[in-house]
Amino acid sequence: MALEKKIRELKEKREKMLLGGGEEAIEKQKAMGKNTARERIMAILDTGSFNEYDMFVEHDARDFGMEKKHLPSDGVVIGTGTIHGNPVAIFAQDFTVAGGSLGLMHSRKIAKIMDHALKMRIPLIGINDSGGARIQEGVNSLAGYGEIFFRNTISSGVIPQISVILGPCAGGAVYSPALTDFVFVVENISKMFITGPEVIKTVLGEEISMEELGGARVHCEISGNAHFFAGSEEECFSQIKRLISFIPRNNEIKAKVIEAAAPDANYDIEKIVPGDPTLPYDVKDVIRAVADNSDFFEIQEMYARNMVIGFGRMGGRTVGFVANQPLEMAGVLDVDSSDKAARFIRYCDAFNIPLITFVDLPGYLPGIDQEHAGVIRHGAKVLYAYSEATVPKLTVILRKAYGGGYIAMSSRHLRADFVFAWPTAEIAVMGPEGAANIIFRKEITTAANPEEVRRQKVEEYKEKFANPYVAASRGYVDAVIEPSETRRLLLHGLEVSEDKYVDMPKKKHGIPPF
Amino acid sequence: MEERKEGRLIIDHTVYSTRISRRFAARKPYSPLAPGKIMSFIPGTITEVLVAEGDEVQAGDDIVILDAMKMKNRLKSHISGRVLSVNVKPGDRVTKGTVLVEIT
Repeated sequence: MALEKKIRELKEKREKMLLGGGEEAIEKQKAMGKNTARERIMAILDTGSFNEYDMFVEHDARDFGMEKKHLPSDGVVIGTGTIHGNPVAIFAQDFTVAGGSLGLMHSRKIAKIMDHALKMRIPLIGINDSGGARIQEGVNSLAGYGEIFFRNTISSGVIPQISVILGPCAGGAVYSPALTDFVFVVENISKMFITGPEVIKTVLGEEISMEELGGARVHCEISGNAHFFAGSEEECFSQIKRLISFIPRNNEIKAKVIEAAAPDANYDIEKIVPGDPTLPYDVKDVIRAVADNSDFFEIQEMYARNMVIGFGRMGGRTVGFVANQPLEMAGVLDVDSSDKAARFIRYCDAFNIPLITFVDLPGYLPGIDQEHAGVIRHGAKVLYAYSEATVPKLTVILRKAYGGGYIAMSSRHLRADFVFAWPTAEIAVMGPEGAANIIFRKEITTAANPEEVRRQKVEEYKEKFANPYVAASRGYVDAVIEPSETRRLLLHGLEVSEDKYVDMPKKKHGIPPF
Repeated sequence: MEERKEGRLIIDHTVYSTRISRRFAARKPYSPLAPGKIMSFIPGTITEVLVAEGDEVQAGDDIVILDAMKMKNRLKSHISGRVLSVNVKPGDRVTKGTVLVEIT
């Protein structure tokens, strides 16, 4: 029968396309420890949920022998599917086809699925594995990148955009991931840089390997370009699925609420924080002591560790946690930690995720390098992000909250909805030693026994100001609470602010200190 | 994994026990600007040296030509004075921050 024949033809055509760059190229891909584009998509999406589009798209380039080259699906796979039942749009560059190089039709396919994701208001996941621009296609390749960057920007804050770097992503190509919300990298597989080791060597005479220049660790620890580090592609895929479970699929809805669960009883909230404000502890334990199931999904774990950010749930609702980390650099605000926190705050605000902030910091990091690196401009990002955020903002001051750091960390003055302080809180213009040295300078320097007077004055200051009650007496703190009351009050605060509504003055957009 | 030392950080006269980040530990001490030192702002190759030791130079005079990033960069003197030392010759490859010529 004619129909049967046609169906058989279709099947054969599909089979051919599904082979991508062919068996030899697939073998090479495997030898690098990498899955193929379609395998990756299948591994991320729910079983059987993937539907591929534009499988038969091909380039029509005519120069440099391209007219004789047949590139199946033009080196990129696009489609839609689901993750835990949530719809997503996805594309994956196919390195087995001309090194995943980006030509005009390749970019049009990506643009098509991006348009689709924006129109349908569903998350976009992009898997990058490409040698870069398809040089033979010249300026058309550049146009293709530009079209992608534009869509990344327009979709920003409307739909979640996730970039997965599973191979090289070099030159202009890096700007698509940079414009998206979350970047996933895998050790020994991801390579991201603007100019590669070879160019650096010929132009600058400096030698460096690809891994040292732009490997997964570099982007997770040093540059801050990536958000999630994995040891294998499989681990990376489960991180992506977990992330999707926390976030809403667009900016007009809230994240799915799941059944509430109590924190693990092993986290005794009264035993985590030492009373002495100079002693360290792991603030993640405080987060785990209040979060549902003690489950905390940390973002940028290896970067600017003095600031902790990530998702968790409170009473089944997704919340974004922001916390100073006294374990690392005393939890100071500096250039990198400000950057890290500000971006996350804006993410949560864009996607209707309430913010819970735990405060324990001595202030901004002093130093010439910090000042010259623009800690003023970068530190201002935190103020800007918190002030601008209209999602519910709940703050718990655990211990020190000194000076500008106090103001920046979701204070009442930046319109936190609820500010709670533990009895160990010290809300003051600076630490007692510094303050006493300035206020009582005369008494100390003119005394017969300056060291003793200094100690006395520090004690005096501590007694009077190193507590939460001065701030509470002005209403800057809503309640001084026992640590064990923290979860209950946060849950209540979230419940009360469920329908929070804030009127902001009409504007095109603000000018944050980028 | 980032190597982190258990250490101390002093802020406003208070000593905090905490881990010190690698970046903080490796920060470079500040060196004040030295306008008399003509330095390579980029690695490259010296193609011409336009002054000799003892020459009088005016602020704005070309001192050396540094070929880098496909550009022949004219490095000029910021100050007027006398050339104290010339540390490079044409053909030398220099790294970033090398003092090429000193003027007092």
